[in-house]
Amino acid sequence: MDLTLKVWRQPNANTPGQIVTYAAKNVSPNMSFLEMLDVVNEGLIAKGEEPIAFDHDCREGICGACSMVINGLPHGPQRGTTACQLHMRAFKDGDEIYIEPWRAKPFPVIKDLIVDRSAFDRIIAAGGFISVGTGSPPDANALPIGKEVADLAMDAAACIGCGACVAACPNGSAMLFTSAKVAHLNMLPQGQPERDERTLKMVSQMDAEGFGNCTNYAECQAVCPKEIDIQFIAKMNRDLIMAAARHGTKKGTGKTEAL
Amino acid sequence: MTLDSKIPEGPLAEKWDNHRFKMKLVNPANKRKHTVIVVGSGLAGASASASMAELGYNVKCFCYQDSPRRAHSIAAQGGINAAKNYQNDGDSVLRLFYDTVKGGDYRSREANVYRLAQVSVNIIDQCVAQGVPFAREYGGVLANRSFGGAQVSRTFYARGQTGQQLLLGAYQALERQIGLGKVKMYPRTEMLDLVVIDGQARGIITRDMITGKIESHAADAVVLATGGYGNVFYLSTNAKGCNVTAIWRAHKRGAFFGNPCYTQIHPTCIPVTGSHQSKLTLMSESLRNDGRIWVPKEAGDKRHPNDIPEAERDYYLERKYPSFGNLVPRDVASRNAKMVCDEGRGVGESGLGVYLDFRDAIKRLGENVIRERYGNLFHMYQKITDENPYQVPMRIYPAVHYTMGGLWVDYNLMSNLPGLHVIGEANFSDHGANRLGASALMQGLADGYFVLPYTIGDYLASAKPKAVDTSHPEFKRVEDEVKQRINRLLSINGSRTVDSFHKELGEIMWNYCGMSRDEAGLKQALERIPQLREEFWNDVRVLGGADTLNQSLEKAGRVADFMELAELMCTDALMRSESCGGHFREESQTPEGEALRDDDNFAFVAAWEYTGPGQVPVLHKEELDFEYVQLTQRSYK
Repeated sequence: MDLTLKVWRQPNANTPGQIVTYAAKNVSPNMSFLEMLDVVNEGLIAKGEEPIAFDHDCREGICGACSMVINGLPHGPQRGTTACQLHMRAFKDGDEIYIEPWRAKPFPVIKDLIVDRSAFDRIIAAGGFISVGTGSPPDANALPIGKEVADLAMDAAACIGCGACVAACPNGSAMLFTSAKVAHLNMLPQGQPERDERTLKMVSQMDAEGFGNCTNYAECQAVCPKEIDIQFIAKMNRDLIMAAARHGTKKGTGKTEAL
Repeated sequence: MTLDSKIPEGPLAEKWDNHRFKMKLVNPANKRKHTVIVVGSGLAGASASASMAELGYNVKCFCYQDSPRRAHSIAAQGGINAAKNYQNDGDSVLRLFYDTVKGGDYRSREANVYRLAQVSVNIIDQCVAQGVPFAREYGGVLANRSFGGAQVSRTFYARGQTGQQLLLGAYQALERQIGLGKVKMYPRTEMLDLVVIDGQARGIITRDMITGKIESHAADAVVLATGGYGNVFYLSTNAKGCNVTAIWRAHKRGAFFGNPCYTQIHPTCIPVTGSHQSKLTLMSESLRNDGRIWVPKEAGDKRHPNDIPEAERDYYLERKYPSFGNLVPRDVASRNAKMVCDEGRGVGESGLGVYLDFRDAIKRLGENVIRERYGNLFHMYQKITDENPYQVPMRIYPAVHYTMGGLWVDYNLMSNLPGLHVIGEANFSDHGANRLGASALMQGLADGYFVLPYTIGDYLASAKPKAVDTSHPEFKRVEDEVKQRINRLLSINGSRTVDSFHKELGEIMWNYCGMSRDEAGLKQALERIPQLREEFWNDVRVLGGADTLNQSLEKAGRVADFMELAELMCTDALMRSESCGGHFREESQTPEGEALRDDDNFAFVAAWEYTGPGQVPVLHKEELDFEYVQLTQRSYK
């Protein structure tokens, strides 16, 4: 099939970008979306034009690197699917496809379709962990965890940190991402000692990065390639209220963290 | 120069304990005076960085991805082995050790493998404490499954995303240390060379992938945790960015390369659909527990699989290996798939595929049971191929998956270059000539959490590296070399893209240094690769500049190194005229066509020394002594 691509091209963060039109000819329905872009890029190089830059790595839907808005939807039209696992059979001959980067203030564009998502790492560094050094923890089976709890924690932990939730949200909120990690760790018995501190610190970092608030559009859940449930946002909000009630302030607990 | 593996004295079970006692310690107050560079943030790199930072060292960690969480360890599906014996089915450290040495076709070091089996139990404890959501039983205890043909259930898993969850555990520990200021993280930064001063590894040269800035970093020790080099074949299950550059540069600076030709080819991947194919997707080998593998008896039979009657199907694994059937190890399953396709009996449009059929299992157990066991895999298969595996047999074909070879290291995980440590898939590893399922995650975390943090202290306390900073002229010299190379790549402005060269190299490697190899083919490859390399350096087209984000330039540098590595792999494969593990030499087979080892002549690790561009590398042999395991011919008949 033959397609028309309308692709966001932007040389760097300081130069304005624009939509550029490219023809994609003889596209096989068996290609992945990124393979289609590979072929277009080979053609561009042959013509002496710089190829379209986009983030990608594992190409099997798990690393979370790929990040493009396809016809207005992060990762494109297929539910529960990253752009790298989207195949061209989802499109038809003659289609016009708009391809843009994630659009959110905390995710500045680096080049073309590549954005800076380091804000997510900083949210994790603020408290998205259990403070246990390498050493001699108790035997793994010393702490039984009910299957339901373990399964639900796994549902939350399945987040790949791609940022589609932020790109889809009219508020540019990172609550689905943050709450997935808060819920994963706060649900488990190992996560209890730092439960309040974790919630306060991660939410505080999320705010500091400039992400918006949740107003229940639920677009994040609709575009999430791992179909993370917005119930985790509700869980995080409950934990946040409890933590704030216990510690008075939303801006961190004033506790010193042991190394 | 003789290779000293530094295997500690004493009985096997006591070696690691004795060694830990004998190793020197760095005083806690002095640890903060040492800086260690870690390149790579996968299971090995992230766990090592976090653990060393916890001890007090200053760590600089580098990765080419935009976040350490995206390292390719994340894609491992199946699970992680540990000798916990939670299932009371007779597992033990000794059994895991034995299975791993045998599975590796007796080409690994006994002492290393035993230590791996010993610390496997600590890994599971550590990961659970971090909050890794392993699968559990209703009573709350951890669930296990058997995997990769093991006779005990020792594999721990988190749905089909075990690698992801283990990596996120290590990543979170790493982010904690980043938050505490003990680790400085450099994402989107690629190591382009190693700096050696007075015979010690003292730093690296990197390129900032956003600004193009070339920078020097000095340290008291360098740790490479940069994964495998399967992408030399172009098509593999590796992530697109996986590359050999870090270890290849270190090799060219003096580190020996161990067993470069040992490549694992995984039997159950989704077949190639066309020339646009950019990578291959693995389907967990657990599918072979219920699926039956077959091809039509007649070559060129193009009928729909459901129209081919039972009598005209060849269930070749069941026919040839009645006792193991479809569950033969990875190397045997892969080689047989290639054989039937070479006979013209392959299926699918390309003829490079075999059927993996669940019809009988669905008949026996019902579709619901199959859905429960493999639902997510069937879903993934359907997403990629648009075929419903409940109704039509899956098509599978082998693909490059893992490289057992890598930089040679001693028992302390240090290469022959003092100060250069290599961990995880990047070293020549504990897997011998063939890795067992669910053992890669185990090794990466064993190295990073429980081995390197001890041995690095011993190195720093004994070698007492002198203070060096990036003002040393050697840094400037290597920086200039790196810049020159980049400028050269950008100035060729030829007619072919980087990918076209990479694909051509991959084809040569797949045809001549892939699932089975022979002398004539390898010699042909050794003639062709240098020609292709020359064409590359004369005719590659890399657009854009050096001081900007330039993905073509990144790829070009990596492919240039693959071109050199490919030659070493073929040289190693040609030298090893026996068949062993993932390395099948046509000239060395039993009368029934099975792999035939030659223990008298090849029970050694091949460690290659780089001697200069275009020069023949020098082979050093580390003889393998087997004190505890008796060498036998593997048989799955």
